Amino acid sequence: MAKAAAISAAGAPAKSAHDSHGSHAAPPKIVVADPPKGLEREPLVLNGRSLGWITDAIAGICEGQMPVWWWPAFIASAGLAGMMAALVAYLISTGVGVWGLNNPAFWAWDITNFVFWIGIGHAGTLISAVLFLLRQKWRTSINRAAEAMTLFAVACAGIFPVVHTGRVWFALMPGYLIPAPNANYIWPQFRSPLLWDVFAVSTYGTVSLLFWYIGLIPDLATLRDRAKNRIRGFFYGLFALGWTGSNRHWSNYEKAYMIFAGLSTPLVLSVHSIVSFDFAVSQVPGWHTTIFPPYFVAGAIFSGFGMVLTLLIPLRTLFKLEDVITTRHVELMCKVILATGSIVGYAYGMEFFIAWYGGSPYELYAFKNRAFGPYWWAYWSMITCNVISPHLFWFKWCRKTMWFVWIVSCVVNVGMWFERFVIIVTSLHRDYLPASWGYFTPSWVDVFTFVGSFGLFMTLFLLFIRFLPAIAISEVKGVTPQADPHHPLGGAKGGHH
Amino acid sequence: MSASAKPYGILARYDTAADIFEAALKVRDAGYRKWDVYTPFPIHGMDEAMGLEKSKVGYFTFVGGFTGFTTGMTMIWYMNKFDYGLVVGGKPLFTPLFAFPVSYELTILLSAFATLGGMLLLNRLPKLYNPLFSSEIFKRASNDRFFICIEAADPKYAEARALLEASGASAIELVED
Repeated sequence: MAKAAAISAAGAPAKSAHDSHGSHAAPPKIVVADPPKGLEREPLVLNGRSLGWITDAIAGICEGQMPVWWWPAFIASAGLAGMMAALVAYLISTGVGVWGLNNPAFWAWDITNFVFWIGIGHAGTLISAVLFLLRQKWRTSINRAAEAMTLFAVACAGIFPVVHTGRVWFALMPGYLIPAPNANYIWPQFRSPLLWDVFAVSTYGTVSLLFWYIGLIPDLATLRDRAKNRIRGFFYGLFALGWTGSNRHWSNYEKAYMIFAGLSTPLVLSVHSIVSFDFAVSQVPGWHTTIFPPYFVAGAIFSGFGMVLTLLIPLRTLFKLEDVITTRHVELMCKVILATGSIVGYAYGMEFFIAWYGGSPYELYAFKNRAFGPYWWAYWSMITCNVISPHLFWFKWCRKTMWFVWIVSCVVNVGMWFERFVIIVTSLHRDYLPASWGYFTPSWVDVFTFVGSFGLFMTLFLLFIRFLPAIAISEVKGVTPQADPHHPLGGAKGGHH
Repeated sequence: MSASAKPYGILARYDTAADIFEAALKVRDAGYRKWDVYTPFPIHGMDEAMGLEKSKVGYFTFVGGFTGFTTGMTMIWYMNKFDYGLVVGGKPLFTPLFAFPVSYELTILLSAFATLGGMLLLNRLPKLYNPLFSSEIFKRASNDRFFICIEAADPKYAEARALLEASGASAIELVED
């Protein structure tokens, strides 16, 4: 104790609530000087909003009537989703010939869309898990919507590999692919990355759903307690599982939440690594590279943050949540885009270097063909969108101007779709044997099925903001100064800081 | 609420995080066992202030993860080597290397289910009925107020009201079962 008091830089013995912790000795009080003026961090919730304001602002969105724009947006999205359903029905009833894929481009828009959507999902898990483990408190304002985005993106992604199998009923009929693909009574072949992918993506979808739900439980309790009618009270109450906010429960909850973050971190890194194995383990020039796993993961996070910004910038303006999703949040996300975009740009360069340095003529040809072959336009669209546009975020003005960030985020989405197209189609259309070279052009069914998947994504997202709190209410409260019992705004008296 | 209803406990409301923190220390030091703190978000340091043990959720996770990993390895060995071995690409019928990605995903999958299940089990949830839900002031426990409830089952319940009144509560209420 004497030693602890001696460490106290303030000179006076540390007399605080910690002293009465029974058998525990008081921890040495470390006095940290306030940062110099101009270097303080901006608060995560602006204008000193109270805890009650946070509840009202966020829970109020899904309690009141939706604003006027919601209905046209919903109808348009649902219409696009319906179009996708019709096109999938057309595909299944007619055959995969309605798509433009051919020999040698057996994978084209379908798998491009699959990888695109799976990649989008990665930002949600990164925000909810990796930023949690790194104690990045700013994640609390954006993690709920980002996790929802993950789930909906995985749902969109899941459609393409299922329907691209051709005779889909064989894929879905019990005994053929579900629960295990064992046509002819042969067991699944576990040496194949395609099978690893099935496990990775379905685990990813499931764990993301559980993680999202565990985060929702306290907020569902808030909505239950505020419910004005019995039906809402019943359903929110049912899914809140009788949550009371008991600290004995919080103790287990926080532990479980941390474990979920710890589980999701290796999971998110493994998912896109395994998606990249689908390509890297093959012998196709342009695919057969060891850089793929880290390059795919960085690209996934890059595209996912692009989509998070595309969704959240309108959301914060339309629902007046600027005090919770602040300019600082947007700036930080822009910096993540800058960092991951730089990694992606580096990977593009390194691929070319290795293609030359590796000495394989096929590999070198694949890359020359990528940049200067018949798909040059796709390659240079990708480079413009993914390598050049993120570097605008070196400038503060670019990070702080919302309409500008929104445009760049859309550009990133476009660029990352092109990246997957470039990797898949340019590698496939010209491989070892010039006799089998071909050219892929999408059919109208390809194009509108992809457009329709955005409809499905937006329909789910609009329903999400209609019925569930789009921001994690309890977590945002937890990072305000009012939540800290040792902070003056939390009611602390005396000399604590 | 009839007059004959037996009390569930005594509920005290606090207006700030610091108030409830100080009050929790007092209740803990007075030796109460059957009591709890209710807050809209987890308050940092409250587990120590209440004298709670470390959460046991991690044991569930471990069991889930171990089950997942062994299931994956055993399943792949059984399918690809024991039951119906087929040589593909000259690769061995079984090695832990190619079985690893799937076993790894199953480790995470079952750990996640075990963690959620373990959390709910330790918290005795779902429990849709709770006597506290009948209290009108308690509705703000999920909004912006902080509560302590000392249950009638606690042996020192007789002195509970006096203790809570002296602890800076902004309201005190009897909750019936």
